[in-house]
Amino acid sequence: MTTVQQQETLALNGDEAVALAAKQSDVDVVAAYPITPQTIIVERFSEYVADGEVETEFVCTESEHSALTACLAASATGVRTFTATASAGLALMHEILYVTSGCRAPVVMAITNRALSAPINIHCDHSDSMAERDSSWIQLYVENSQEAYDTIIQAFRIAEHTKVLLPIMVCLDAFFLSHTLENVKTLPDKKVKDFVGTRQIPLVMGHEGKKVPFKLDPKNPITIGPLALQDYYFEHKRQQEEAMRNASGIISEINDLYSQLSGRKYGNGLTDPYFLEDADIATICVGSTAGTTKYVVDNLRSRGIKAGLLRLRTLRPLPTSDIVSALASTKAVAVMDRSHSFGGYGGPLFHEIRHVLYDTQPHPHVVNYIYGLGGRDMPQNDIQDIYIDLQKIQQNNAVENYVNFVRVRE
Amino acid sequence: MTLPSWKFTAKEIVKKPELFTSGHRACAGCGPAIALRQIMKATRGPTIVTNATGCMEVVSTIYPYTAWKVPWIHTAFENVAANASGIEAALKAMKRKEMYKGTIDVIAFAGDGGTFDIGIQALSGAAERGHDFLYVLYDNEAYMNTGIQRSGGTPHGASTTTSPAGKVIPGKTQFKKPIADIMVAHEIPYVATASIAYWQDVLMKARKGLEVEGPAFLHVFAPCPRGWRYDTSKTVEIARLAVETCVFPLWEAVNGNYSLSPQSKIAALKPDRKKPVIDYLKMQRRFRHLFNPSFEHERIVIQERIDKRWGKLLKKCDMA
Amino acid sequence: MSERKKGWKEIPVGGVCWKPATEYSTGDWRTFKPVHDSEKCTKCLLCPIICPDASINWNTATQDIEFNYNFCKGCGICANECPANAIEMVREGEA
Ligand code: SF4
Ligand code: SF4
Repeated sequence: MTTVQQQETLALNGDEAVALAAKQSDVDVVAAYPITPQTIIVERFSEYVADGEVETEFVCTESEHSALTACLAASATGVRTFTATASAGLALMHEILYVTSGCRAPVVMAITNRALSAPINIHCDHSDSMAERDSSWIQLYVENSQEAYDTIIQAFRIAEHTKVLLPIMVCLDAFFLSHTLENVKTLPDKKVKDFVGTRQIPLVMGHEGKKVPFKLDPKNPITIGPLALQDYYFEHKRQQEEAMRNASGIISEINDLYSQLSGRKYGNGLTDPYFLEDADIATICVGSTAGTTKYVVDNLRSRGIKAGLLRLRTLRPLPTSDIVSALASTKAVAVMDRSHSFGGYGGPLFHEIRHVLYDTQPHPHVVNYIYGLGGRDMPQNDIQDIYIDLQKIQQNNAVENYVNFVRVRE
Repeated sequence: MTLPSWKFTAKEIVKKPELFTSGHRACAGCGPAIALRQIMKATRGPTIVTNATGCMEVVSTIYPYTAWKVPWIHTAFENVAANASGIEAALKAMKRKEMYKGTIDVIAFAGDGGTFDIGIQALSGAAERGHDFLYVLYDNEAYMNTGIQRSGGTPHGASTTTSPAGKVIPGKTQFKKPIADIMVAHEIPYVATASIAYWQDVLMKARKGLEVEGPAFLHVFAPCPRGWRYDTSKTVEIARLAVETCVFPLWEAVNGNYSLSPQSKIAALKPDRKKPVIDYLKMQRRFRHLFNPSFEHERIVIQERIDKRWGKLLKKCDMA
Repeated sequence: MSERKKGWKEIPVGGVCWKPATEYSTGDWRTFKPVHDSEKCTKCLLCPIICPDASINWNTATQDIEFNYNFCKGCGICANECPANAIEMVREGEA
């Protein structure tokens, strides 16, 4: 039995927690560009550099496009890389997101989820990262700053795992987490460094007829990023899908290993169910809304209502069987989307969850609530109202409105 | 400040291994392929190459084949200077951790589209940050890979598929962006122009660019037989004529101090040896329409502009 | 005969190339072929440096220029540039 490490509690906001975790993870190259509400991350990090607390090369690029490119190229050279962005910054990176995963560069990126323009808005919603679900990046969503800290540390091990080799987004809610002070338990530098370890580079068959390290190394030259046409492109993409599938197991494994060190565990790493064993009604969400929802669930439970919550920690790879089993007892569930797919049938999480439940018999009624766009608050009462709606659906065994917009004025 | 000059003898160069090999699929007579071959012969040791999307990227790495004997990466079109920044930063971090000894050079190759147009932001940023790398612009004066569309590097009067010569418009109406001067304005330690017609000059300038600490920018004139519409055997001849007519003068700026290179000094010292631009234009069918009587004026405009730029350059080189 | 193409389980990770371009012949692109006259040639070594396809080698043993017709695309630059007129472009099949 390993004993849980002694930890220091610091008052940190989410951004500071992320910066500290990145610092302790012995990152070689950080390339970033400032954007609210991520800026504190790069500010803190550049202070670590200025004070000589890290050996990291900090590249303050002229755009997010170049920030991610520099991370990708540095990662391909064989080192550990980190960046952070939000909203428009992530949208500007869009092209390079696909190139990064396609080149199998395990870049770790913090996203402080922020609304997309127009109108311009700096506050929280999930439109930015939800738009990148298909980019072959692993996506983890955190509930609080403690989890942001813990997840960044885990992210390096997941991304760099030789069975995975995919980039990761660790998503935290703008302002609700990024700018809100919280008590965060932090591990000693050395413990984190040892946990993350040095980056492992797998061998790959190059063009000189031998297996060589998968990195840009003058001793063993390889070519990365070629032109692959109809004859091979598809095989590369299928390989990426396999890496995603491998990632599920690795995320769980590292969640377990980390809990042995820190005493903290987030469900099985993929989903974080709350009072779901016997739940009749449940909501499903990602991010900080889960915190408020847990409070509401506690209240409902104290009144004898069988309410539960499924917090999705990992959106990519989508933990399909965990979602099915977690919702097995439910009669009606509400999917909470903090972003919308305009003209589609509800928001992106709704698509995912409803789709996963299609083959289960009998499956619960699945409805959608679009909420909190542009940082609009989602107070307990509104969450409670959703559970009341679900009770009605359960009682009537019928749904009136599948897609609902919460607290938007007519 | 002057930099030491490297003398490259043909004997030594032909013995140097090909780092950019045969079997690439550039068109016959490709100027950019000559540029890449020559520059890779100027390397001084371990080197990592990154390429912007473009002709040379496509023809050299058609999966599963690669024509590169050095570590090589391509990521996208507009970001080759950011690739170089990331590689250089990684090398610095690795050096600090003593993961390798000695020097590893970084070369970024991009065409005119990837430099004058879509790549200029990343290039400007990398230059401002002062990363230690050599940026090579192989300039074939249009987006050739996608079918000869005009770029900021396309010269005035050239007919391309997006600046076609029509009944009233004589090809591209704008002038070529003075990209190398823009790079000098970044106050980087080394900027030079070169033409594949003068291989020793190309190699020497590439080597200087590698030797200086910080960003170096090398603008290599590299004709394209398909896009410029001339016989494949004329690539080097046209590259030479561009220098002799002062369409593309050769110079270097070490720490911002301009000086003419020997091949262009000839035209400066003996103005009668400076050939008329028309000699250059008439060899290429992309300028064919300029010889219609209705567009005669354009030829004058082009000559005037070339002379004006030449005059300005002579001033910068203290040779006016 | 076309080679069996590898599957996704067999190809290297991350799109890494696994064949050198020198295994891909471009010689059949040629319609004209450079023919070298060793007598006229002054061994100035210009042509091996300006060939876009690295198809002209300097053979140190024979101290002579050698053409690699496996890759030469027949562009004619070498013939156009040779200061000694030692290279002639001849239609394929006629030399
Ligand atoms: S014809 Fe062109 S490709 Fe062939 S050897 Fe001469 S220069 Fe090289
Ligand atoms: S350019 Fe002509 S003279 Fe010079 S080595 Fe080649 S064939 Fe011989």
